[in-house]
Amino acid sequence: MTLSESSDDSVKKSNPREDWPARRGGLRQAEVDTCGVMSSGVGYNDQTGAETAVEAGQETTPTTSSSGAAFGLFSSDFKKNEDLKEMLESNKESLKLEAMKRVVGLISKGKNASELFPAVVKNVASKNIELKKLVYVYLVRYAEEQQDLALLSISTFQRALKDPNQFIRASALRVLSSIRVPIIVPIMMLAIKEAATDLSPYVRKTSAHAIQKLYSLDPDQKEQLIEVIEKLLKDKSTLVAGSVVVAFEEVCPDRIDLIHKNYRKLCNLLVDVEEWGQVVIISMLTRYARTQFTSPWKEDAVFDENNEKTFYDSDSEEKKVPTEAKPYMMDPDHRLLLRNTKPLLQSRNTAVVMSVAQLYWHLAPKHEVSVVTKSLVRLLRSHREVQYIVLQNIATMSIQRKGMFEPYMKSFYVRSTDPTHIKTLKLEILTNLANEANISTILREFQTYVKSQDKTFAAATIQAIGRCATNISEVTDTCLNGLVLLLSNRDETVVAESVVVIKKLLQTQPTQHSEIIKHMAKLFDNITVPMARASILWLMGEYCDRVPKIAPDVLRKMAKTFTTEEDIVKLQTVNLAAKLYLTNSKQTKLLTQYILNLGKYDQNYDIRDRTRFIRQLIVPSEKSGALNKYARRILLAPKPAPVLESAFKDRDRFQLGTLSHSLNVKASGYQELSDWPAVAPDPSVRNVEVIEPVRSRLSETPMFSASCCLVSPAVTNAPKPSVISSSLLSDLEGLSLSNVSSVTSPSFGPVKTYELLHHMTGKGLAAKYHFPRQPCLYQPSMVSVQVILTNNSDHVLEEIHIGERSPAGLNVHCFNTIERLEPGASVTVSMGVDFSDSTQAANFQLCTKEDQFGVSIQPAVGELLMPFTMTEFNDLKTHPRTFSDNRGHLFKKKNCIPGYFFYQIFVNPEQMKKDV
Amino acid sequence: MIHSLFLINASGDIFLEKHWKSVVSRSVCDYFFEAQERASEPENVPPVIPTPHHYLISVLRHRIYFVAVIQSEVPPLFVIEFLHRVVDTFQDYFGVCTEAAIKDNVVVVYELLEEMLDNGFPLATESNILKELIKPPTILRTMVNTITGSTNVGEQLPTGQLSVVPWRRTGVKYTNNEAYFDVVEEIDVIIDKSGSTITAEIQGVIDACVKLTGMPDLTLSFMNPRLLDDVSFHPCVRFKRWEAERILSFIPPDGNFRLLSYHVSSQNLVAIPVYVKHNITFREGSSQGRFDLTLGPKQTMGKVVESVLVSSQLPRGVLNANLNPSQGTYTFDPVTKLLSWDVGKINPQKLPSLKGTMSLQAGASKPDENPTFNIQFKIQQMAISGLKVNRLDMYGEKYKPFKGIKYMTKAGKFQVRT
Repeated sequence: MTLSESSDDSVKKSNPREDWPARRGGLRQAEVDTCGVMSSGVGYNDQTGAETAVEAGQETTPTTSSSGAAFGLFSSDFKKNEDLKEMLESNKESLKLEAMKRVVGLISKGKNASELFPAVVKNVASKNIELKKLVYVYLVRYAEEQQDLALLSISTFQRALKDPNQFIRASALRVLSSIRVPIIVPIMMLAIKEAATDLSPYVRKTSAHAIQKLYSLDPDQKEQLIEVIEKLLKDKSTLVAGSVVVAFEEVCPDRIDLIHKNYRKLCNLLVDVEEWGQVVIISMLTRYARTQFTSPWKEDAVFDENNEKTFYDSDSEEKKVPTEAKPYMMDPDHRLLLRNTKPLLQSRNTAVVMSVAQLYWHLAPKHEVSVVTKSLVRLLRSHREVQYIVLQNIATMSIQRKGMFEPYMKSFYVRSTDPTHIKTLKLEILTNLANEANISTILREFQTYVKSQDKTFAAATIQAIGRCATNISEVTDTCLNGLVLLLSNRDETVVAESVVVIKKLLQTQPTQHSEIIKHMAKLFDNITVPMARASILWLMGEYCDRVPKIAPDVLRKMAKTFTTEEDIVKLQTVNLAAKLYLTNSKQTKLLTQYILNLGKYDQNYDIRDRTRFIRQLIVPSEKSGALNKYARRILLAPKPAPVLESAFKDRDRFQLGTLSHSLNVKASGYQELSDWPAVAPDPSVRNVEVIEPVRSRLSETPMFSASCCLVSPAVTNAPKPSVISSSLLSDLEGLSLSNVSSVTSPSFGPVKTYELLHHMTGKGLAAKYHFPRQPCLYQPSMVSVQVILTNNSDHVLEEIHIGERSPAGLNVHCFNTIERLEPGASVTVSMGVDFSDSTQAANFQLCTKEDQFGVSIQPAVGELLMPFTMTEFNDLKTHPRTFSDNRGHLFKKKNCIPGYFFYQIFVNPEQMKKDV
Repeated sequence: MIHSLFLINASGDIFLEKHWKSVVSRSVCDYFFEAQERASEPENVPPVIPTPHHYLISVLRHRIYFVAVIQSEVPPLFVIEFLHRVVDTFQDYFGVCTEAAIKDNVVVVYELLEEMLDNGFPLATESNILKELIKPPTILRTMVNTITGSTNVGEQLPTGQLSVVPWRRTGVKYTNNEAYFDVVEEIDVIIDKSGSTITAEIQGVIDACVKLTGMPDLTLSFMNPRLLDDVSFHPCVRFKRWEAERILSFIPPDGNFRLLSYHVSSQNLVAIPVYVKHNITFREGSSQGRFDLTLGPKQTMGKVVESVLVSSQLPRGVLNANLNPSQGTYTFDPVTKLLSWDVGKINPQKLPSLKGTMSLQAGASKPDENPTFNIQFKIQQMAISGLKVNRLDMYGEKYKPFKGIKYMTKAGKFQVRT
């Protein structure tokens, strides 16, 4: 049965009595209706179940509607699903896949496909990767609704969790933890714990993600999860770092104590973490630093000066704070954080740049914050949405630190093509940046904006001019004159806004401005915007003594139009009446009473209330007690001028770059930045006991360093670094070992010691050696060997060193000569031997001052060489060097991990079979 | 972090939804539609919208809104940057990012989204890794798949994610090894009424298309690196090397990528390649306005200014325009009042001009705002800042690659106020 047939079938069954073409006509209509309903999001399936089915039939796209089925009328739904079900249960892989693709299509449209659950879940163990992945998509979507059935799939994942391939383990954990079924919480917990100790960093990363999922499913597991987080925080892999910090932020953001020991490591790994992880780590470290270090913002602060040279030298973390008494000395860890985040300003990811900027804003000494300016301005070239967020943050910054952005003022000039919200933000910033020096430039620019065709923006410009006028006293008069000119503008919004701003300006200017008030009174008839009318009325009332002739006339006009005015205008009319009654009752008594009577019966209760209150206050009567006497003082009290300030004034209570900052409302889950502590907590908590043998490679290549020193597996002539960081190695360790099915990490395995020199032959000097299975520090091609020298004689042995070697070309890195070895004492030294990819013994002489003893170190196969089962054949192909045609060579060394031999079992799979 | 994603087309239909945690009802988008209604233009929808239980963060690209649903505090740029990355990936996979393309490839889209986020946190966003996991659909592959029943999902496992160069695919092989670099500079200018320059700055990018076998290690050096004031790099560039020697040293990703974006320091005087002479007047009491616009080249170092397009939003009072272009064609939309003049090449001997009259509403007073002209143009084979690539070297591989460098200057936001 072909697909199109089957769908046609079902259509016919669903409408047996209907004439198909006629139905078809009606259908289009139904489809259009559907779209309308869809956007409102409710009742879609209920009402249009039948149509949906038919529509789908026409498009040969299957659909389902559980609620439609509930009516019992629309058997077609069942038929459709029967059809998909059949396909899913068929033997043909391609049919199954086709069915799953359609199911995913349904899910993507937000349609219900939950009935297919039993049929889909059977395919969870399919061999076909794409089919399997689509089944996973389905499972994750519907497991919550079909909890019992979802349990059927669990065993498959449990099995996959033990798979030798790290990617299969990871993906099993990923899906398992995404299934939101409370009953499997213990299984998930177990899986997470196991994965957290997995050798593969990729699996560990996945387990970090799973932690959050489990936490949101069952918050009671918090304590156990914190233990896992603690373990993962210690992880040295850059892959894990970002993910575990996300988990930390989600589960236990207040457990700052877990960070102490990992702080320096996180700082050093930061540049090599993937970009999304960087954002999270930086924001967490910002919070951490605010609790652990003292404020660098003190006036008399002395900073450890950073010229370019020391800036990139990461060793300073070990520098001890100089002992001279200084009022403020930045904690070296604090400096470490600032230094290691700075290169990230050059990231292409805008979120990373923003997070570094906020870190500097919240943590850096005041004079260093400006390093972020250039990068922030650069972000303004990015997408519209990015601009919006960045401008918001710049607006907040520019209030406190004008100087930071002043040189870049021109970058904030408005372009006619900007969307309105961007324009307004730019205007905000320009206003914040205005000072005596640049105000004339800014005002000239504003003049252009006022003429803009975008009237909302023009209105915002007028407000901005008002703010400049109040902030910079030199230009107040110029601005005021300019605004008065605008009063004759043809556009109403512009005029209205000017009136409102002039009102505010006049209030701040106690000087005589009766001319302007008169001018506005003249304009009063032409202005219809309520806010502007109300403002003029308020001005009249407030300064009625300056315009004694005009004010009563305005009141007279208002009495006429009172009933048709907006509420806000009515309220101000009542105010004006009251004020005039008190100052000029002779002329306005009747008018006032008339207006108060109108107000008494107004529809709006605010106005009725106000009228009643005013009447009691100003008209003396028996009931109106003592308040009456003070009416004049109450109504005509000098009022404080409004402060015209930025809308971003109080935004700095939120951490920059956060959602809360953007909305100016505390978002759920927002973590407050604490204030600097007065006294820094004990800095030694960050000390890590085990000093790693190799310091961070950051000292050599601060950013993107990985690419520099790690290409060696493939790029043969790339310079090989003499040191390789341990963190890096742990990555590689996981990488390579995960391919080895049943071998534990050798460094944890039992160490077998071999005898190098017996004390009888050595005249009291005994030597033993073992292979620590660590990367050799001296040369990548060497194997590191540890030698324990013991003095079993009764006299002191002197000048123990290595003498002649054979074969002559043997490359050995000797240990430093031991000057003295007391009787009974022993010393452990390490050396490097290059066995040049062979099992031949290295022979050399162990010498003391008096004697020479020939010894040899044998690279025993069982100890040194690891069986290398090839689970991923493709993997090997990608490393041409390991896969060269060295059939005769039984042992081949993988260059990237010095000191490790890999037993290459085969060159081709056939060969492998024979060998095994 | 990111809870769900809804894709909404220009007519306001949700045509795709994807949830990474428990399902959020699509009715949450009603808040978005409300905001959309309030906004006069599609671009004016605020990128961050709070709702009672969620936050909606959206980006608008190719007339599709990508709306992410967030439940708790997260840096908004994080989400915005990710959404743009999603759009870039779609574009990379399907050539265009349209509703039709997304609907046609819904399974690939779903597979991609599944790989890009785990529990709302970005997992694999590098296009090289994604392409290893999920093969981009091509006509040929689609045909082969339907016949043989094979799949788009790569058999390989995402080994790239573990690699130290996660941006590069392993096992790259080409018969022709080529590396092309495009230096594209955009010049942003505001010129005021009197013809003087208010601001002018140059932003540039170097886009690369590298098809090289194996693991090549490239270095690119400039003749005049001092020009670059502020730079941002693709993660492959070794920052230390740049800091020390001003050399770009990197192992490139396979395929197309943006190597570098830069800003040319504002101290350098910016040569503006085009000048505009305009005379737009409305007389009081008359229902006619005069329109006169002439373009001319300057400081182009002998290169031709081409693909010139002038557009402007005329004042609302203008009813119609009756203009006469000396070359090219012009259109005027009486509803939106949008004037656009497709000029083509500028011939220095015969300067293009657009002259004529505008008719105003009878009796209406003269509009008090003057239009702004937005100008677009291209100049091939020239970087306006004078930036020059010195040499490109390859290490780590034996073969000789074919190398190519192209320069181009474009108008960015080039505005002339009148």
